Amino acid sequence: MDNKTIIDILQGKFGKNASAVDESSDILTLTIDRSILHDVILCLKEDAALQFTFLTTLCGIHYPDVPLPLGVVYHLHNLYEKKRIRVKTFLPGADPSVSSLTDLFSAANWMERETYDFYGIIFTSHPNLKRILNVDYMDYFPMRKEYPLEDSARPDKDDRFFGR
Amino acid sequence: MSSPGYIKVDPPEGYSEPGLFATSLDKVVGLARKNSIWPLPFATSCCGIEFMATMGAHYDLGRFGAERLSFSPRQADLLMVMGTIAKKMGPVVQQVYVQMAEPRWVIAVGACAASGGIFDTYSVLQGIDHVVPVDVYVPGCPPRPEQIINGFMKIQELVGNEPLRRRYSPEYKELLKSYGITT
Amino acid sequence: MNKPNYTTLNLGPTHPATHGIFQNVLTMDGEKIIDTEQTIGYIHRAFEKIAERRPYYQITPLTDRLNYCSSPINNMGWHLTVEKLLGIKSTKRVEYMRIIVMELARITDHLICNSVIGVDSGAMTGFIYVFQEREKVYEIYEELCGARLTTNLGRIGGFERDFSISVLSKIRDFLDHLPKVLKEFEKLLLRNRIFMDRTINVGPISAERALNYGFTGPNLRAAGIDYDVRVTSPYCSYDDFDLKIPVGTSGDTYDRFAVRQEEIWQSLKLIRNVIDNLPEGKYYMDVPEFYLPPKQDVYNNMEALIWHFKIIMGEVNIPVGEVYNSVEGGNGELGFYLISDGGRTPYRLHFRRPCFIYYQALPEMIRGGVLSDAILTMSSMNVIAGELDA
Repeated sequence: MDNKTIIDILQGKFGKNASAVDESSDILTLTIDRSILHDVILCLKEDAALQFTFLTTLCGIHYPDVPLPLGVVYHLHNLYEKKRIRVKTFLPGADPSVSSLTDLFSAANWMERETYDFYGIIFTSHPNLKRILNVDYMDYFPMRKEYPLEDSARPDKDDRFFGR
Repeated sequence: MSSPGYIKVDPPEGYSEPGLFATSLDKVVGLARKNSIWPLPFATSCCGIEFMATMGAHYDLGRFGAERLSFSPRQADLLMVMGTIAKKMGPVVQQVYVQMAEPRWVIAVGACAASGGIFDTYSVLQGIDHVVPVDVYVPGCPPRPEQIINGFMKIQELVGNEPLRRRYSPEYKELLKSYGITT
Repeated sequence: MNKPNYTTLNLGPTHPATHGIFQNVLTMDGEKIIDTEQTIGYIHRAFEKIAERRPYYQITPLTDRLNYCSSPINNMGWHLTVEKLLGIKSTKRVEYMRIIVMELARITDHLICNSVIGVDSGAMTGFIYVFQEREKVYEIYEELCGARLTTNLGRIGGFERDFSISVLSKIRDFLDHLPKVLKEFEKLLLRNRIFMDRTINVGPISAERALNYGFTGPNLRAAGIDYDVRVTSPYCSYDDFDLKIPVGTSGDTYDRFAVRQEEIWQSLKLIRNVIDNLPEGKYYMDVPEFYLPPKQDVYNNMEALIWHFKIIMGEVNIPVGEVYNSVEGGNGELGFYLISDGGRTPYRLHFRRPCFIYYQALPEMIRGGVLSDAILTMSSMNVIAGELDA
């Protein structure tokens, strides 16, 4: 299965402007609009020629100062033909929600919770979307670029000496 | 002349006669306590694996009397915190410490337990001395088993020399109050 | 008719049998488990955020602490990822050295996991014997890099020093000595009636559910799928060697134990093969822009001094792009998704941590079993808290 087959099947089903295709990095990367994301991943998983049945990983990303700053990146894998594919979707800052993939892949459950915990991306119809790694009373989303790495409430380390 | 197959422990200072040995009570109690410490291994990350190596046959912490690990805080003397403590885990450490009966000691093994280590981040507690009073800090990332044993021997010194009424003194109660421990 | 009276049991973050800190609140009907609610994050150290602030060569000690039982695999995986981004081609000697180091780490990881399954079912002896073998591997790591556990081995572009004669002789001694101890360990547990009764049909998972949950590594192979990153997408010259993948049938605890045991034997054979065929050559690749020059050159040679300065200060040209690379870690496919914007530090680094992904299947695996089965299932899944929370 080569990249052209995948692109042809997807553009046949979802129209020509449904995805931006990028073949410059190591694996085929598609950028999909969030409204059809769930259907595209369903097609990638269940289509007889595609069969990307393994969700390798799912993570969030934040590019500040662009119209669609938050994004989710999915890596799928066809174990039998040894082919990987990367699917990206970008979300507006005011309403960062996208549909959840837990009905397709049980592996997406905790990975989406982690993405919510770090970036604040809401996954609609997720069974249990709450923070997983950080403390429950944390009120901001730490991996976004505007927040610092260190704990700003520390009384004992002076920034003048520690150069942050 | 070959060395005997045992280690001789020196008796404390006192007055001895055939059939009689008189010394002060806290020296005897200290001697007994320090050679039979029951540690509570609170192993969270990489330092925990080095602790497993310390308890193993090669480095053998059991030689120092710490053969019986107690996972229940009610039966433990020494809380060995090994590994990174995140802010989520801080209250748990304090809860375990509070359940221990006096006299209790705390050893912070590893850079992360002593001061946050290489993780100067929003989610890591920068040293467990923010939540419990610590007696000995063992630096290292992870510390070698010999370093952990060195820290343990320092705890033994502290245990052996502790006055009997220390835990009832007002300074100690002040110390606990500063951590929010009121029992 | 009375409603069933379920009890709640807290298998809390501090527990002797959960090796690592994570919490399971079990709802039980007597001794049988109805459901569990998992809480993790007790050792969340924000690796992904730290990685956005560190230059590429400073992220290696961070990767050590992911699966700290087999740190060299994480280190090599990170170096391979950066080399993939930079487009550096590797030399045979470096790749063979990397295979040796990674397979030693895999052996130690599986040794810990299997002996801890023994401890949780009551057999402490195997653990003590096996840890003595881990000390031998620690000595090998000390010769290579100076550290025992969190090794920070290797560099982007090779290794910092060559394998000395004493390293090679220690590895050969280890290869000669370990089979005896492994056979003793197997005699203790593998066909032991009590151990088999305690582990067969305990915590099973079917192959379809395992794939849906994103299992990889020995847990997936015990369920019957022969997916191993070393064989499927070979990296680092693994395809020069013949590697057999052990596969189980029912995905229960016994199969996981047996698969890991067989993988130790396979790794031993592989290391022996590699070390017998180790080619001559340099222990680093010819990439002066990314590989720190040796100190005697830095102090005497102007060009080496300039390269040293440029690498440390971050004035080398890192290409813009993104790459996903994975290696077969002790627990499965350890992936690194790296997005670079040309700067000194990564723009985004995401770790695909196998433990985090397969641990979510635990409720399904222990439902209907008893508490002691749940303990054995958790330890046979080899959950390492550092990799779970990152």
